[in-house]
Amino acid sequence: MIAELGHFALILALVLSLVQAVVPMVGAHRNRLALMGVGRPAARGQFVMLLLAYACLTWAFIQSDFSVRLVAVNSHTDTPLIYKITGVWGNHEGSLLLWALALSGWTLAVTLFSRHLPEAFMARVVGVLGWVSAGFISFTLFTSNPFERLLPAAAQGRDLNPLLQDPGMIIHPPLLYMGYVGFSVAFAFAIAALLTGRLDAAWARWSRPWTTVAWVFLTAGITVGSGWAYYELGWGGWWFWDPVENASFMPWLLGTALIHSLAVTEKRGAFRSWTVLLAIGAFSLSLLGTFLVRSGVITSVHAFATDPARGLFILALLVLVIGVSLVLFAWRAPRLSGGGSFGLVSRESTLLGNNVLLAVACAAVLLGTLYPLFMDALNMGKISVGPPYFESTFVPLMTPVLVLMMIGPFVRWKGDDGGRVGRVLWASGLASVLVGGGVALAIDHVTWRTVLGLSLAAWIVLASLQLLARRLGERPGTPAGHRLRGIPAAWWGMWLAHLGVGVFTIGVTLVGSLEQDLDVKMREGQSAQLAGYTFTFGGAARLPGPNYDADRALVTVTRGDRLVASLTPEKRVYRAQGMPMTEAAIDIGPLRDVYVSLGDQIEPGAWIVSLHYRPFISWIWAGCLLMGLGGVLAALDRRYRKLAARDAASPASAAAQAG
Amino acid sequence: MKAKFLVPLAIFVILAGFLAYGLTLNPREVPSPLVGKPAPEFTAPRLDAPEQSFRLADMRGQVFLLNVWASWCVSCRQEHPLLVQMARQGVVPVVGLNYKDERPAALAWLRDGGNPYTTTAVDADGRIGIEYGVYGTPETFLIDREGVIRYKHIGPMTPEVLRKVVMPKIEELSRG
Repeated sequence: MIAELGHFALILALVLSLVQAVVPMVGAHRNRLALMGVGRPAARGQFVMLLLAYACLTWAFIQSDFSVRLVAVNSHTDTPLIYKITGVWGNHEGSLLLWALALSGWTLAVTLFSRHLPEAFMARVVGVLGWVSAGFISFTLFTSNPFERLLPAAAQGRDLNPLLQDPGMIIHPPLLYMGYVGFSVAFAFAIAALLTGRLDAAWARWSRPWTTVAWVFLTAGITVGSGWAYYELGWGGWWFWDPVENASFMPWLLGTALIHSLAVTEKRGAFRSWTVLLAIGAFSLSLLGTFLVRSGVITSVHAFATDPARGLFILALLVLVIGVSLVLFAWRAPRLSGGGSFGLVSRESTLLGNNVLLAVACAAVLLGTLYPLFMDALNMGKISVGPPYFESTFVPLMTPVLVLMMIGPFVRWKGDDGGRVGRVLWASGLASVLVGGGVALAIDHVTWRTVLGLSLAAWIVLASLQLLARRLGERPGTPAGHRLRGIPAAWWGMWLAHLGVGVFTIGVTLVGSLEQDLDVKMREGQSAQLAGYTFTFGGAARLPGPNYDADRALVTVTRGDRLVASLTPEKRVYRAQGMPMTEAAIDIGPLRDVYVSLGDQIEPGAWIVSLHYRPFISWIWAGCLLMGLGGVLAALDRRYRKLAARDAASPASAAAQAG
Repeated sequence: MKAKFLVPLAIFVILAGFLAYGLTLNPREVPSPLVGKPAPEFTAPRLDAPEQSFRLADMRGQVFLLNVWASWCVSCRQEHPLLVQMARQGVVPVVGLNYKDERPAALAWLRDGGNPYTTTAVDADGRIGIEYGVYGTPETFLIDREGVIRYKHIGPMTPEVLRKVVMPKIEELSRG
């Protein structure tokens, strides 16, 4: 009964999404307020229905209702409760429902927080979101119905994929989806603006907080995913350039470009068609990511069920959404005049430079991800593209991005004197190279990559400090505390996010330069040495878990006479699927991680043990955290609320928009 | 409409064309370096009678299929009825290789789903699988009279592949 209720709610949600897609659009076109007004209640009703459908599915998982096929395939009576709940999205059908729910949640937020927008503009935004939602709900209903029954019911479920039975997986997919789907708001704003033909500063200002929040979610989602891969896959890597990872990284790159491009459009009215294109691009890549993961066109370690029929449906959806947007772009964008002009040395040109570089980097990832497909389609053989390609393209592309990122804030809008900028920055630039080279010498690892990475990181930190000092020095005479408070949240957001990139760079460079690994066969009492640590194997014992059996080993890590940690890596076999899993044990520290994972037992009492030493690896995630935090600060800036109030208070602008 | 604003659309159309074509391809179909090479020899205990052993060399002189399976493997369940049907028609012998499995579970599986295998050899620790480059179950190898691997299929066998690829090859090899 509950499953049918959910199914019915999902059908109602589809109907409401169609209403939301059509009626407000017609209303905006004919300038009929009554019709435009239908959008908001339809969007809210749709959210309630999707929430209900989602709750019903969750209930079926909690109750272990194995007459629902999805539950039988992805759950088990012994599955811990938390993984029954997260198991809802640990599969194709459920994750699509989550996708639709997230989209509906964003739409709801837009209807709640953007009351001040002109009615006609709002109606188009809600309409565009309605179309996207209708597409995804029908995809779910017609090709991937999560409520499909299995009659007669299975006696027992197959359990959730053990890889997904992990705390990281509890929050990774929802965060990632919120990010993916969040770009739909920037997309809807861009399409609505193209339709009205008004791509102005106000449009950019309305889009900015939404885009930033979506970007924060995506950043957090990717960070958690990378952390999960690090401790769950058991070999100490943090990024694999796997197609599915790339699918989330591409919208991130374009989203980053979009955030900066929107800033220019708002402040200077420039880059307007470029900004619109980025807004379309970021969302298109989110859709493309969904296609790649769901259709099975590209193989990946993310082994979700793949099905060509689904692939065809989602490709049709992709072509419809992206194709129509790009046709609209080709039709409307030429009418946009260029906006403010700017000199060769100006804030605009540094931002444009970075925008182009980020877009090129995104294209490089796209090429690398799809290259095997291109080759296969052209009958040029089966190949796979691995980390060497991505690393060798990324370093040269990202180096100028990081340099420009720190120069940009020092350069004035519109036009500046190159000599002046040089005089401000040469000292910190020189100091960075010296620090980078010096540290590389000190750690006895002088390769060009290490020197470059460390110099860039030093440059980001030094220039950030310099920027803060200059900002505080702007109003001499006022008390320091006053000056500190006078800096807007958006500025702090920028500063913190850029500093985060520096912290991230330190982590990546030092992990890449100094990491050490060792695989050894160990018996009880034997020891091995790695990076100055002594690892002593204390044997392994059998230990049953709720839905798995584990062999838990004890490895004591000492340094000199000092006990560093007692680690208990496990090797688990999940009963329902008979799937072996490695549960690594990590001693996390601010300057290094010591990572132990248990391999196979090759002789009675003798185990393969993998030892990893990862210096500064937590800095990678700390850097991402700072970037995300910067995004939060930027989105919370008071300015948006104040300006929103002003937009609402000026009826003239609202009338102009509606007309 | 200025031409440069059509560039994104043009790029997307090309991309969509590739994606559409990509749907018709199977990325898991990796050409195996083992095709055309002699099948690695092995001797392994039989699933039904562990005290007896199966030697691959005993199959010499016959065209046969070697199917790698396990009771824990979901896709194996999918192809199983097809194998049973094939065994009933008696086209060629199908030798099973029970991969990283437990004997009671494997036997229960054959009891419930039917046993299409003339013999099943046990590869409990996956050593034979390594020789054969198995990286996922199920995998199916077509081996000729001289013991040379002629074809390898990764993933569940489908009626289409069986009809269009495997059967013609079997006929060709049986004739020659």
